Amino acid sequence: MAEKVLTARFEKLGSHRLESYERDHGYKALKQALSMKPEEVVELVKASGLRGRGGAGFPAGVKWGFVPKESEQPKYLCVNADEGEPGTFKDRYIMVLDPHAVIEGSIIACYAFGAHAAYIYVRGEFKKPQRRMESALLEARRAGYLGKNILGSGFDVDIWVHPGAGSYICGEETALIESNEGKRGMPRLKPPFPAIVGLFGGPTVVNNVETLAYVPHVINRGPEWFIGLGSEKNGGTKLFGVSGHVKKPGLYELPMGTPLREIIYAVCGGIRGDKKLKAVIPGGSSTPVLKPDQIDVNMDFDSLAGIGSMFGSGGIIVMDETTCMVRAAARLAKFYAHESCGQCTPCREGTPWIAKILSRIEGGHGREGDLELILDICDNIQGNTVCPAGDACAMPVRAFILQFRTEFEEHIEKKKCPIGRFPAPW
Amino acid sequence: MSEAAFKVNLKPETVKAVDELIGRYPVAEAALIPALHKVQDDLGWMPAAAMDWVADKLGLPRVRVYGVTSYYTMFRRKKPGRHCLEICTNLSCSLMGAEHLRDYLCEKLGIKAGETTGDGRITLEEVECLGSCGTAPVMIVDDEYHENLTPKKVDAILSDLELRDKGSADG
Ligand SMILES: Cc1cc2nc3c(=O)[nH]c(=O)nc-3n(C[C@H](O)[C@H](O)[C@H](O)COP(=O)(O)O)c2cc1C
Ligand code: FES
Repeated sequence: MAEKVLTARFEKLGSHRLESYERDHGYKALKQALSMKPEEVVELVKASGLRGRGGAGFPAGVKWGFVPKESEQPKYLCVNADEGEPGTFKDRYIMVLDPHAVIEGSIIACYAFGAHAAYIYVRGEFKKPQRRMESALLEARRAGYLGKNILGSGFDVDIWVHPGAGSYICGEETALIESNEGKRGMPRLKPPFPAIVGLFGGPTVVNNVETLAYVPHVINRGPEWFIGLGSEKNGGTKLFGVSGHVKKPGLYELPMGTPLREIIYAVCGGIRGDKKLKAVIPGGSSTPVLKPDQIDVNMDFDSLAGIGSMFGSGGIIVMDETTCMVRAAARLAKFYAHESCGQCTPCREGTPWIAKILSRIEGGHGREGDLELILDICDNIQGNTVCPAGDACAMPVRAFILQFRTEFEEHIEKKKCPIGRFPAPW
Repeated sequence: MSEAAFKVNLKPETVKAVDELIGRYPVAEAALIPALHKVQDDLGWMPAAAMDWVADKLGLPRVRVYGVTSYYTMFRRKKPGRHCLEICTNLSCSLMGAEHLRDYLCEKLGIKAGETTGDGRITLEEVECLGSCGTAPVMIVDDEYHENLTPKKVDAILSDLELRDKGSADG
């Protein structure tokens, strides 16, 4: 059985309490970090190669290194706990079952690049994770891990929860910053990058919950240990959330690079009812869909990019032979149309247009040329918007059509859906 | 009572909580979204007078606050029923039968998604991914997640709400 790191404490009674966290050597990494120079902490995290777990896989240490040392404006850390990418459900478990790991990692990050305040941006619907984080922050403040002169180090830092209010786009780092400032979640043009001009105009790092929860472990056990859990460029373990038609859906911590086939068939027990696998979305709804002959891929950032998809957030959606691909694509397009912030014309106008065409194809009213039209709209969205949310719709929609083209054509030719609704499992 | 005549009558705890929130940020404006949540938790929805109260509290033009409440789906500018059911029908939930559950709920309640029952008890809404796809299908009932739903579990949820309402009517 592979080593558990992030989930190692999940099953302990009261794992969210400070007492329990400290018993398991909690806040030891913070003490060690505070005894090092901030640059040394950045170098250590760089050496581990820890890549961001929020979707893009950018190395955390490198990101921290972009923040200017001297800054007239205060610097900030934003902890991305928006968890809105369909198929993704991992940060919620970390916040509920091990909130102090998020806090400890966040304090270390603040110390490393010189921030004295951090906000944990938790999606609005996550009331329980918000409460858990709030009470853990209170415990940490009382114990002297937060506040002025923490642990006698001379370093001041405080952290607060900032709730979202139901907007997928606020998971995008610059929209998150806008929302943290009390505005509509409309992404900003980059550059300037948040590391230079971010929250309240100050240099800002945005990191995912899972990335930060890993930081104390990297400090405690070192870069070699971390790399050894996975591979050189894809170190560590990863939380995979598997949903859809597998026998045992759920959250699993596995080494980076675990083959997708192993996750579906060994870890999750295979397809429910021993049906045939039809399609897999490997890393959240915006990652291009895979066919069954592609599941020997290793689940890491580079291997998935190598086959034209993306690693994304670790949210794996499995679909069996009873699933209509047009219906699946139409449902996702509807989501992106609903969530577009409306700022950029290609995304605002293109996503509902795609959703409308896909829904008419599914309903048996598809027209000749519809597929070319959708692909053309995808091409016109991708790369032409302020933030990657437009791409996040164009990429999966294009992949659904290119991978399952005959099924789409059959819908148009027969003027009906040959498969039907998603069946009820009961 | 018309909305214009609605006077905000917030609990003292709510006012205190909003004051405390403002202290967490270098500018009061940044407390807007958390403050709106506190006010909505207190009142159950977001009448115009409540938005105006928040605007005045944070020293913001009212239109700034209206702009934010209309952007974020969680702020309820229309008074909902006593209970809110929010069922996710995004892909992972739909693969596990969420569309059938939504239809089942509509049938049982005699309303469409987005509507409130005639007696003002229950509002049903169809929502996007709730970040709980591994325990699909999922529905939020008055802020609380209910996972791995089946028609039987939905029945139990509805009768539980009925019991609670009866209890509060008797008491
Ligand atoms: C539309 C969109 C939605 C996103 N949603 C999330 C999210 O919910 N959580 C998250 O951590 N990152 C999300 N991201 C990625 C963030 O922009 C950012 O890359 C990430 O938080 C950086 O943290 P990391 O380097 O630790 O991964 C999203 C990006 C886009 C374009
Ligand atoms: S799809 Fe329903 S919770 Fe994610």
